[in-house]
This record gives sequence, C-alpha cells and structure tokens, in this order.
Amino acid sequence: MFPKGTKRKFSDSGEEAACGGGDQGPSAAPAPFAAAARTLSSSYSLQRQSLLDMSLIKLQLCHMLVEPNLCRSVLIANTVRQIQEEMTQDGTWQIMTQALAAAQCPADRLVATEVLCRQTEAAAAAAVQAGQSPKPFSVSGLEEGYHSEEVVIDGDAEAEVAMSSLSPVSPQLSSASYLAGPFGMGPCWEDDEEDADCDEDEEEDSEECASEGEDGERHHLRADSRTGEQVFGTFEIKHPAPPPDPALEELFSDVDPSYYDLDTVLTGMQSTPKMGPYDLLESLSSHGPTALSSSATCRSDLNELDHIMEIIVGS
Amino acid sequence: MEEESDTRKINNSFLRDHNYATEADIISTVEFNSTGELLATGDKGGRVVVFQREQESKTQPHRRGEYNVYSTFQSHEPEFDYLKSLEIEEKINKIKWLPQQNAAYFLLSTNDKTVKLWKISERDKRPEGYNLKDEDGRFRDPSTITTLRVPVLQPMDLMVEATARRVFSNAHTYHINSISVNSDLQTFISTDDLRVNLWNLEITDRQGLTHTHTHTHPHTHRCIYTYTLPLIPKHPFHRHIYAHRNPTGLICDFEEPEDPSTRSFFSEIISSISDVKFSHNGRYLMTRDYLTVKVWDLQMENKPLETYQVHDYLRGKLCSLYENDCIFDKFECVWNGSDSVIMTGSYNNFFRMFDRNTKRDVTLEASRENSKPRAILKPRKVCVGGKRRKDEISVDSLDFSKKILHTTWHPHENIIAVAATNNLYIFQDKVN
Repeated sequence: MFPKGTKRKFSDSGEEAACGGGDQGPSAAPAPFAAAARTLSSSYSLQRQSLLDMSLIKLQLCHMLVEPNLCRSVLIANTVRQIQEEMTQDGTWQIMTQALAAAQCPADRLVATEVLCRQTEAAAAAAVQAGQSPKPFSVSGLEEGYHSEEVVIDGDAEAEVAMSSLSPVSPQLSSASYLAGPFGMGPCWEDDEEDADCDEDEEEDSEECASEGEDGERHHLRADSRTGEQVFGTFEIKHPAPPPDPALEELFSDVDPSYYDLDTVLTGMQSTPKMGPYDLLESLSSHGPTALSSSATCRSDLNELDHIMEIIVGS
Repeated sequence: MEEESDTRKINNSFLRDHNYATEADIISTVEFNSTGELLATGDKGGRVVVFQREQESKTQPHRRGEYNVYSTFQSHEPEFDYLKSLEIEEKINKIKWLPQQNAAYFLLSTNDKTVKLWKISERDKRPEGYNLKDEDGRFRDPSTITTLRVPVLQPMDLMVEATARRVFSNAHTYHINSISVNSDLQTFISTDDLRVNLWNLEITDRQGLTHTHTHTHPHTHRCIYTYTLPLIPKHPFHRHIYAHRNPTGLICDFEEPEDPSTRSFFSEIISSISDVKFSHNGRYLMTRDYLTVKVWDLQMENKPLETYQVHDYLRGKLCSLYENDCIFDKFECVWNGSDSVIMTGSYNNFFRMFDRNTKRDVTLEASRENSKPRAILKPRKVCVGGKRRKDEISVDSLDFSKKILHTTWHPHENIIAVAATNNLYIFQDKVN
C-alpha cells in the first residue's frame, strides 16, 4: 500500500499528457516560449516545489549507513536539476535563492522558508502579469565556488570521482513551517481531472520541451560527461554546520518519509525534525549568506525543539 | 501461453523457530545453471542457497523433478569501509554459474564490492583405516604400529560442501551490478555504474585485471575486446543507452528517441534501464525500464523491435512512486529457452509474461494465499478505472512492498523461479 504521504496524486504535465485523454494534438506541437498566454498555475508550482523538496531530502537521507546507489543519486540529482532549470526560466529560482541567501542562522532559515513559500506564489503571479522573459540558465554558474573530489584510481587517465559525503547538519527545523506553504493547497492538486490544470500543464510542458528540445541533447551530453563532478561537487555544503550528535542521527536514520504527510503536519509538529531541504538548496546557490537578525519567536521555537530533543535522546 | 501448475513453494527462511520474514531472508537474486539442474538464490543476508532438481522417478511421474535444497553457505559477510565510514552490504547482487567442467559446480557470487568464486562439491565417501590416525582423529604413536593397512573409502551420507576458491575485491568504487562469464572459461567481467573490470579467474589481485575501462559518454567511447561472449555493462545515466560487445568486439549503443509529448520530471528515471538480457539465440536484446520491456534487434539501434507495457497504470502515480522510492526499483527480465516468451515482475507479487508470437500476455501472482499447491495459476487483472470486476484489483489496492524483482527461467523447460520478497516460488508447466 502507499504510505500515507502518497495519497495525494501528483498530476504533473507529463502525466497529464499521458492520461488526460486524446487531445494531444495541439499540445504536442511546441508553443512559442515567450507566449503571453502562458500561465504558471499555483498548483503546478507547488507541486514542483514539493517535488524539489522531496528530491533534496532524498539526497540527504541517502547518505546513511550504507553507501548510496550511484544511479539513484544521479537520477535524483538530475531531477533536481530539471526543476532548477524550469524554475530559473520562470524566474522563481532567483527569488528563492535570494531568500535563502538572506538567511544565516537556523532561526532565520525558519523565517525564510515561510517567506519563501509565500513569495513563490507571489513571484509566480508577478511573472505571469509581467510576461517575464526567462533568465538564461547557466549550469556552470552553480558550480562556482565548489570543488569536486576527484580520485584517480589505478593510475587511470580518466579520473573517477569519489562521492563527497554530505556532512549532516543537526536537525533544527521543524518540518511544519516549510510544509505549510506547499501543502496549503491540498485539495487543488489532488484533483487531476480538472481541465484547466490539464491545459495549463500541457502548455507549460510543451514550452519546456521546446526550449529544452535543442538544448536537451547537449545538456544531456554535458551532464553525463561530468555527471560525477557536477553532482557531487554541487552538493558539497559550503558552510558546514557543527557536526550532529551521533545518537540523534541514529534515531533519525529510520524515519520514513511519512513526515511529509499532510495529515501529520496538520496535527502538529513532528517529533523528529530533519534538516530542512533548503539548507541543501542554499548550498546550491552561489551566494554567500548575509547576516540577518533573528526573531525572538524563532528562538523560542528552537528552545522548544531542543527541549523535545532532550526528551527523546535523554530518556 | 502455457498454463502453469504444480506450484511449489520453498520457504527460504533459515530461522527454524521463527515464522516471520526477516530482512536477511529477502531474496536478492535467482539463477539457474546452464543445464537447469541447479537453481541458486542469493539473499540480503549474504547467503547462497542452491536447489537441485530431483531425478525423475518412475514411480511418481507426476512429480516431475522437484527442487530441493542442495547446499547452503554464507557467501559474503557485511564489511565496513573505514575510509568512507560506510557499511558494505553483504547482500548478494548477482550469481552466475560457470559451465560445468568436472564433478564439482562453480559459481560466482557478488555483493556490492567483492566477487567470489565458490566451488560446490559432493562428498559421499570418506577414507577409513588410516595408519597414523585412529578413528577419532588422534594421532597414534608410530612405535605402536605393527602392521600397515591401506585406507579404504567407505560410503557416508552425502555431504555438499562449498569452499571459496577465489576472492576478487578492491576493484569497484561503486556498486557491482552485474557479472558475466566468458565462454573461454578463463575470464569474467564485473561491472558497476561506471566501470567494467575484466578479471582472469585464476588471478585475484589487481594485477590480474587485464583491462579496465571507465564508462564515459557512449558517443565518445570506443573499446575493442577480443572476446566472443557478449557482455553487458549497463549505463544508467543516459536514457536508453547501453553498451554491449558483439562478436567483432565493438561497442554499440541503442537509443530510442525521446517522445517530447510525454516528457515529465520523471521521464529520465522511468526510462533508466534496470536489466538487459540477450536472447538465447544471440539475435535479440531485451531491456527493462520502469514501465516497459523492449526487445531490440541487434542490427537495429534506433528503435526497438517490440515494446510491451508491463504496468502502464502506474504512469499516473509516478510522483507517489518517486516519494516512496519505488520508482527506483530495478526489475529484471528474462527470456524463455526458445526466446518466444519473455517474463518480468511487477508489484503486488504479480509477474507478467508476454508471448512474442501470439502477442498475448498474462499476469500471474506468486502468493500462498491465492494459489494452492499444484493448482493452475489464475490470471490476474488490474483494473485501471471505472467499474471493478469481482476478481480484479484496483491500482490503489496494489501492495507496493510486494515486488517481484528477480525471476529466472529454466534454460530448456518451462520452469520458472520467482522471488517474492523472502519466498521462492517455482512454477512448472502443466503436465498433460
């Protein structure tokens, strides 16, 4: 059976096209990218956001007891990259990374994610109205400031890349706050029969294809030839937080992803908060964090968190 | 399409006083040997269990060669990589039998990092009547020996022992996903996600690697080998691209152009190939990706010959399957002996067979509850929408924790072995 968290159905553009019925004709033809009629539905962007969150969490969770499967890690990383590309073209990516860059301490991250969720919607709406043209997306831009580990094995001419391990950050965020945004529109995106969504999604999808059509192959080529380097260099945390309590890590090692679950979120804070995925996202951005003063409410939330942690660990 | 009957379930649990399944019992690979006489299974706990087919007895002709446990041994132990601070699982990823050359059986078994060559031999006689040792094995004082005798081989209960003859390690940075034995019986290949290592069976240290090659992008990659047995390193990063070596030793790439209208965030993941198998006649190649099985003609690289939908009803659930990681499940596929039928697994303990000639397909279930021993398996059906008939299962009721990833088909006969989590099911064709 599906775990609770999978009750909702993600009806993204590709699947809509596949299951949405027979009118594939018009949507299959790529539409002009700068078409003013293009709308980014909130539900789609929320779906995409949650997919991004999920992927980032997977990349962290996989650095566990056993060495993760390279293939799986690469596929997840590629999914993140695809989302990044699309979000950059929509202009939402810049806003998110700026918001993240503004946050420094965990308390600020807490604030930032709430702000981020609201801004995502606002940005989407703004983009729609302004008919914003896509910002050019540069793959190499993400890699500024990062180095990938390269290990030469057997004196091979080609270098093999060793996976750079992500240093786990102590869990300081509750999942409730960052989930509140995307999940706020639950009913909307459970309904994949809605024709409006279908049409919008199909249109976006074809546009994405149009822009990616020519570039897709080249991008694939580049991605593959530098896969190891890109993936593992990119996800190295630039400013690692203090190392976590190993006991805590052990506790969290078998937390299943059901904490994403809408129901659980609504019933209160999860007892096993994880590092927010935006910490990882922050490492993807090339901006350094700037100082920001923290709010008192966030501090008290943290204290409460610490208290709960003590109870779990201490007892 | 054959009817299947004579369901024989062999419970793979070794904990006699437990009935529930432990994770160590989860079967991770199944493989018939080249004659079909032996069936090897590897599990997550690093154990190998070998089943042997009974000789057909004249008195009970309807019990046509059932499989019984022949040998059990611990192949791999868990290890710890101190450098990376990570465990190395003892789970057996693949078992390959070597062609039989003498009375003993040889197989290669591998976990993520180490390949081992095991010799399985029978002992049904033991020498008795040593001069220098008495029956308990204690040494006798030579001065007490007055006569000499020749030790005699006395029959004893059959003992099957497995000994590790070679250990091939420290050659893979990533997880070994397949091994393949060369027809010259001297070399074999192990592959992980990025590297192909060619080993000599006799030499276990690194100097014995006669050729190592790292996968780069297929279009820039050329490699010449001199071996005749096609070997299949898999390339998971690029859609629909895998490499193989044909008799002339060139590497070819097979790629199907992407259909832009069905592109989604999951397109790459679901088109990632999880298994590749050559047909027995060597003319075709079968690939398994998440939703389909494709048969390719080796002469035609740009599109597959045949495409079969395994469980297309999952296409609308890809996000959920991504969330619970099921989308990364690596299903295997297998040919029957005559290459006319292909088989692969699915969820809910279902497995599917496709007849390439009649184009008919069937869904069967491997479960104790739904099939009695020696009963003909009833075809199952998944209901995709609308009204559900009585025997159908709706997509939402499927149990995604019950997945059939590993299956194998007897080389000549219609006998299949299906691994359903910790249970092994062996199905045979109905005897008329």
